[in-house]
Amino acid sequence: MKVFMLGWEFPPYISGGLGTACHGLTKALSDLGVKITFVLPKPIETKTPTHVQMLTPQHCRALRTVTQSAETTQELKNVQFHTVSSPLQPYTTPQQYQKRLEEIIRQKQLLSAQSQQMLDQWLEQEIEGISVGPGQYSGDMYTEVHRYAAAAVRLALQQDFDVIHAHDWMTYPAGIAVAAVSGKPLVVHVHSTEFDRSGEHVNQMIYDIERRGVHAAAKVIAVSYLTRNILMTRYGALGDKIEVIYNGVEPEDSNRISAQQVGIRSDEKIVLFLGRITMQKGPEYFLMAARKVLEEMENVKFVMAGSGDMMHRIIEMAAQMGIGHKVLFTGFLRGEDVNRVYQMADLYVMPSVSEPFGIAPLEALNHDVPVIISKQSGVAEVLTHVLKVDFWDIQEMANKIIAVLKYPPLQMTLREHGNFEVRKLKWSGAAKKCLKVYQEVTQVAV
Amino acid sequence: MPSVCFYFQVHQPFRLRHYTVFDKSGNYFDEFKNASICRKVANKCYLPSNRLLLKMIRRYEGRFKVSFSLTGVVIEQFQKYCPEVISTFDALAETGCVEFLAETYYHSLSFLYSRNEFFEQIQKHIELMQKLWGQTPRIFRNTELIYNNQLAETIESLNQFDAVITEGADRILGHRNANFVYRPPNCRHLKLLLKNYSLSDDIAFRFSNRGWEEWPLDAPKFARWIDQINGCGHTVNLFMDYETFGEHQWEDTGIFDFMYHLPEYILRHPDNNFMTPSEVVRSYPVMDVVDVPHVISWADMERDLSAWLGNAMQSNALHEVYKMEKLVKQTQDPLILEDWRKLLTSDHFYYMCTKYFSDGDVHKYFNPYESPYDSYINYMNVLNHLRERCKQVLTQQTVTEQAS
Repeated sequence: MKVFMLGWEFPPYISGGLGTACHGLTKALSDLGVKITFVLPKPIETKTPTHVQMLTPQHCRALRTVTQSAETTQELKNVQFHTVSSPLQPYTTPQQYQKRLEEIIRQKQLLSAQSQQMLDQWLEQEIEGISVGPGQYSGDMYTEVHRYAAAAVRLALQQDFDVIHAHDWMTYPAGIAVAAVSGKPLVVHVHSTEFDRSGEHVNQMIYDIERRGVHAAAKVIAVSYLTRNILMTRYGALGDKIEVIYNGVEPEDSNRISAQQVGIRSDEKIVLFLGRITMQKGPEYFLMAARKVLEEMENVKFVMAGSGDMMHRIIEMAAQMGIGHKVLFTGFLRGEDVNRVYQMADLYVMPSVSEPFGIAPLEALNHDVPVIISKQSGVAEVLTHVLKVDFWDIQEMANKIIAVLKYPPLQMTLREHGNFEVRKLKWSGAAKKCLKVYQEVTQVAV
Repeated sequence: MPSVCFYFQVHQPFRLRHYTVFDKSGNYFDEFKNASICRKVANKCYLPSNRLLLKMIRRYEGRFKVSFSLTGVVIEQFQKYCPEVISTFDALAETGCVEFLAETYYHSLSFLYSRNEFFEQIQKHIELMQKLWGQTPRIFRNTELIYNNQLAETIESLNQFDAVITEGADRILGHRNANFVYRPPNCRHLKLLLKNYSLSDDIAFRFSNRGWEEWPLDAPKFARWIDQINGCGHTVNLFMDYETFGEHQWEDTGIFDFMYHLPEYILRHPDNNFMTPSEVVRSYPVMDVVDVPHVISWADMERDLSAWLGNAMQSNALHEVYKMEKLVKQTQDPLILEDWRKLLTSDHFYYMCTKYFSDGDVHKYFNPYESPYDSYINYMNVLNHLRERCKQVLTQQTVTEQAS
């Protein structure tokens, strides 16, 4: 089975769960002997080197196979990476996109000659693209999506594959185009929908792209029944076309470091929020619950790890509530820092308003941290040994936070069973189901 | 020749209402939920089953007999929410073919944690049986048939009972079977009646299971199984939850018809009859000594305590609630004592069981909680409030004492 996979992001350069999911899934598929060509937009302005972007393309329009570092190659032996230079990133808004574009122009002088040349060409093309684009409010992002699609098509013509697998809306036009050109079946993987990200204030353009992708696909993979329902009710997709495949997590051996090592007083409990600070993740409910908790107990700190468009509002809100000294903001964490913050935490809370899946709670459980998740999350469908609350039920959320901090046997039982449970949710299971979907669509196609 | 001995367990706990750490009221119990469950089960099970048994007893003119153990807490709920159930039990008691057994009034695990409380609850239950139906129970059954040698010794020391009922678990019987009267090792006169779990569970659990090779089970077939015991036992002890009839096994499974016709087929064999536990104890000799050094129960496949004491939350909650006994009794406040005792009911700890939680199994029966964790949190919040109430009352008492 050869798969032409279209993605947004890939570790270690990630901003959310999508990259983690793509990494886990491709690795497990690779273990099953599935050959994958992975196409992904190359985030060119970042300063953090990754195995994907370390290699500068000679020409911005040229697509080339990226040689993987030894360690990654071993892990993903059947995966081949291709990058398309682009400032596009998941979870972005047209405004942020504009800002990023400006930043690139500002940084232009600092870049090496080679990159500069590349950027010049890229920008040239970008401006071209905008001028020929539909000229709507988010024309630039729209253009970018289509530029990625065009590049993917060109790449697809040189490749041999059986099935196309597209992850989330930005790659759907590319997936549709490649399917049209190659005649191969398209599988669309929905990790989140516009309704999850924006509530009722959907971006019509993105919604249209998502709808088109879901309808064009031979089969749709949803990360939960929650997402499947949204696809059926909001996108008019047929239920029998949608397969639910839950995300997984790879067990890791974390040795918990004691609180003293990181300079936190041992009598202070730490409640962790880890995720983008955006409307979707419900950070304000976390704060409101925190205030209620602090009415009952003193020795507790609330750590909010992540960044996002609501960050400033949330910082202000904490101050207004008079609990600013109890809430710590760490900004966006990656790599070792994520491990460290999990190891410090006594409890992880995910108060998401709408969460298609939510890999972070699995990671928390992997780190032996008890978990409270909102009932409005896909992961609530698979986890039993966690506490569940409605995101809006601040009183109950506070009640449960206090219980975990106050009753050690509760923490112990949650930890014991939760860690055991999470070990059963491996990517290999998801990959097997994914392979079955591939087989189904290719059989129909033949 | 075997005697068929039926004993039905009747119990409903006082379920707690949703109680957060922010709640400050002394109302712990969910009146609405308890009332509606009690009425629902009464209509599906208690009332139709009682009427059926009454009809059967009249039809067989004293040859059909059964026994019951009703917890104090279920009787309180009947009196409050559906008194008509009590009157059908009154009618059953008047037939003289129904025996009532003794147990801990609050369906508690007090034997494991406080002998003092254990004795008090047994006495309270005996008094209730005397008051309601004029019977002084001579047979004791401990909560969930929890039993070991020590329980037998403790019960014998009360000098009020002829026998104890427990599970006929394979590991205590070895090569023997449950169909005889036995004796605990260190008891002089106390006898032991063991549940025939295979035949009991055929009715209680497997009756409507279409995957079971013996399905459908009818009265002639079951009577044949009873006949086959002939010579290999004196008594067949069929012990089960009364909710089997109409609630666990719905009416449309044919459970009521099965029951109605059963005596007819069993009594066809001249050597067969029906007996109450006391009659069994009087009629048959002790065959052997059964040694039970470790605690057994009738719960789940394990037949041990793991349904109530299987995880850290359960042992913590139990430990905490029994630790409060002294404090509660010091207050001499009847309302506090009653609330505390209602918290001792074993169901509260059963809800905290994580054993089968992932598979969503039997523990779901009228479980008011979404998860064992929610149940623990709720219980501990209530317990903390009760403790504060005790302390408040005690400080007030010292203040008034000093004043006078």
